[in-house]
Amino acid sequence: MSRFGRRQLWAGLAFISPWLIGLGVFMLYPVVASLYYSFCDYSVLERAHPVGVANYRDLLHDQLYLKSLLNTLFYAALSIPLGLMLALALALLLNSGVRGLTVYRTIFFLPALMPMVALAVLWLWIFNGEYGVLNVFLARLGIHAPGWLTDPSWSKPALVLLSLWGMGQAMVIFLAGLQDVPVHLYEAADLDGASWWSKLRHVTLPMISPVLLFNGIMGIIGSLQFFAVPYIMTPNGQPARSAYFYAMYLYDNAFRYLRMGYASAMAWILFLLILALTLLSLRLASRYVHYEAG
Amino acid sequence: MLIRISKLLAVAVLLATMCVGFVRHPGRAADDGRVHIRYWEKWTGFEAEAMRRVVDTFNRSQHRIFVDMLTISGVDEKLLLATAGGVPPDVVGLWSSNLSSFSDRQVLLPLDDSLKRNHISREDYIPAYWDLCQYRGHMYALPTTPGSLALHWNKKLFREAGLDPERPPRTLEELDQYAARLTKRDQRGHLEQAGFMPNEPGWWNFSWGYYFGGALWDGKNRITTDCPENIRGYQWVRTYSKRYGVGSLELFRSGFGNFSSPQNAFLSGRVAMEIQGVWMGNFISKYAPGMEWGAAPFPYPADRPDLAQVAYVECDTISIPVGAKHPQEAFEFIRFVNSQPGMELLCLGQRKHTPLARVSKGFLAKHPNPYIQVFIDVAKRPRPFSAPKTPIGMEYVSEMDAAFDEIWLGTRSAADSLGRVRQRMQGKLDRQLEAIARRESGGGASEGRQQ
Repeated sequence: MSRFGRRQLWAGLAFISPWLIGLGVFMLYPVVASLYYSFCDYSVLERAHPVGVANYRDLLHDQLYLKSLLNTLFYAALSIPLGLMLALALALLLNSGVRGLTVYRTIFFLPALMPMVALAVLWLWIFNGEYGVLNVFLARLGIHAPGWLTDPSWSKPALVLLSLWGMGQAMVIFLAGLQDVPVHLYEAADLDGASWWSKLRHVTLPMISPVLLFNGIMGIIGSLQFFAVPYIMTPNGQPARSAYFYAMYLYDNAFRYLRMGYASAMAWILFLLILALTLLSLRLASRYVHYEAG
Repeated sequence: MLIRISKLLAVAVLLATMCVGFVRHPGRAADDGRVHIRYWEKWTGFEAEAMRRVVDTFNRSQHRIFVDMLTISGVDEKLLLATAGGVPPDVVGLWSSNLSSFSDRQVLLPLDDSLKRNHISREDYIPAYWDLCQYRGHMYALPTTPGSLALHWNKKLFREAGLDPERPPRTLEELDQYAARLTKRDQRGHLEQAGFMPNEPGWWNFSWGYYFGGALWDGKNRITTDCPENIRGYQWVRTYSKRYGVGSLELFRSGFGNFSSPQNAFLSGRVAMEIQGVWMGNFISKYAPGMEWGAAPFPYPADRPDLAQVAYVECDTISIPVGAKHPQEAFEFIRFVNSQPGMELLCLGQRKHTPLARVSKGFLAKHPNPYIQVFIDVAKRPRPFSAPKTPIGMEYVSEMDAAFDEIWLGTRSAADSLGRVRQRMQGKLDRQLEAIARRESGGGASEGRQQ
């Protein structure tokens, strides 16, 4: 590299140094350090003591860990497909040439802007067994509703229901995708006498498949890290830890039980799990996702 | 030229970014010539005001030290972060339940030497409260305001149910009978009043075994969650959800308002008898001023009269974190709070009893809680208990909460659920004890201890 080139390089590096240092100090270092600490007995307050793979071995035998993992997977398996389907359905409705689209779009998107804590407190009241709006409404329809947050078999489904509240985000992205589908494809399909369903199946879905993939991956990441809402609504995962999720146990270990090493090991497993699921989706995507050429 | 300027700029930004990490808390400039110490208080509201008065009195009495009091929410977690970052306050107010895990992790300075120098000893206190501050042979705190629990009952509801409003139940069998008479349902069969609910307020779900003579561990290294007394305690808890129906009770409970509101289950007369602490008197006078109520020691099993007046105790504490800049001055302040005038000012302000053995006549006469003597008496009995002072205290309490739910809901039997807790917690305790032993055998344990 010439002298000038080197100077250019240094100047460039210097200009991005605030970001570079920020990334290094506040992201990269903690990430690398947490990998090291996951092999240590570490409480943050004392020097870390290396213990080999003991944390990972303990996790394998930790019933509560397995329970929190299963709870999280259960939640993800229900909330991701439901959320995607509903968001897509709403986007399709809005894309059908409805008048006042921007108004509806805003209305449907608004709930996604609500802060998590306010959301959790609001839904605590909606789900209330005695005075909750939901149960009063269901009772009018003659349905005997469960105690959503007091019955262990209903606490997770209740949280899935709640998660649909925030699907506005996915809906807006779907809508953008739908509006990008070339009209001539629909016209061609119309000429061929295609029904609404076959247009959806053979034109719309393949054309918006990259958007579906994106929303799906965001859904996986979001639901496996589900934390703030249950932390407030179902503290300690009550009733009987039926709503105790992975990130809650991770947080408890790190900050309440002062086992940062154990928590770091959990964080790395979660990272690998998300990575694996994302790679799996991308792999499936290569078969089903259609990217428009050019 | 441009490159030179950009280089200079970049270096400046770089230096500025690096410096941010190394700036120490400058503290208040001691321009008044006094040593300023930082005190982190955990309470807000009238409890914080009471402490503020103590701090002000101390500051007026001093030429050498000045206490800057700061109210911090979530003080326990923030103390950990501040200590880990090397910038803890000089004095911190915590809860007795924090002490075991905090002192194990060397967050708090042992006070033994200072106590000895100042001739402060166990005899000066109600022993139960002194013992709460002690862990593995060292004192890591002194008490501030104490709390003991008692059965609170609603006299009006007793009268309506045809019970003598001046006679609370003495045995658990009586409690059960009273509860049955005090429980009412509407035409739909929904509960509209409960006599007693073991999970209301649900703050001490780990404690039921103690009222039957059980304990959660042996005080050394053995977890005893499923000892016969504990199993009996939780089987008794289960009789309530069986008799009145889990669904029915949970539906009823979901209609209770916040603790600190007039819709509180006890204050609104929806639950007739409740286990509560010495602070309940404040909430009654604030939210249900006309309520007729009483407080008495929690009942005992009829076949175990030796357990009469067994009570749960806990206390607020005051400590010096490891790494505090002015530990000596900090102790001066702690000593002032623990003097009889300081403590009585604080405890009267927070409307609790004092943890000190000596009490002035004026304190009891002025005290707004008519049952204050009940709370003092139960704390002085020989068998008060507290949350288990194990190195895994917090986790054990969470685990017991989950076990309580399982037993209450009937998804597991008491023996099964408690057995699982024992197994799990024993493993955790063993691990923690190993870590402590490793540290004590020379893993740099004494580092940072300056007292």
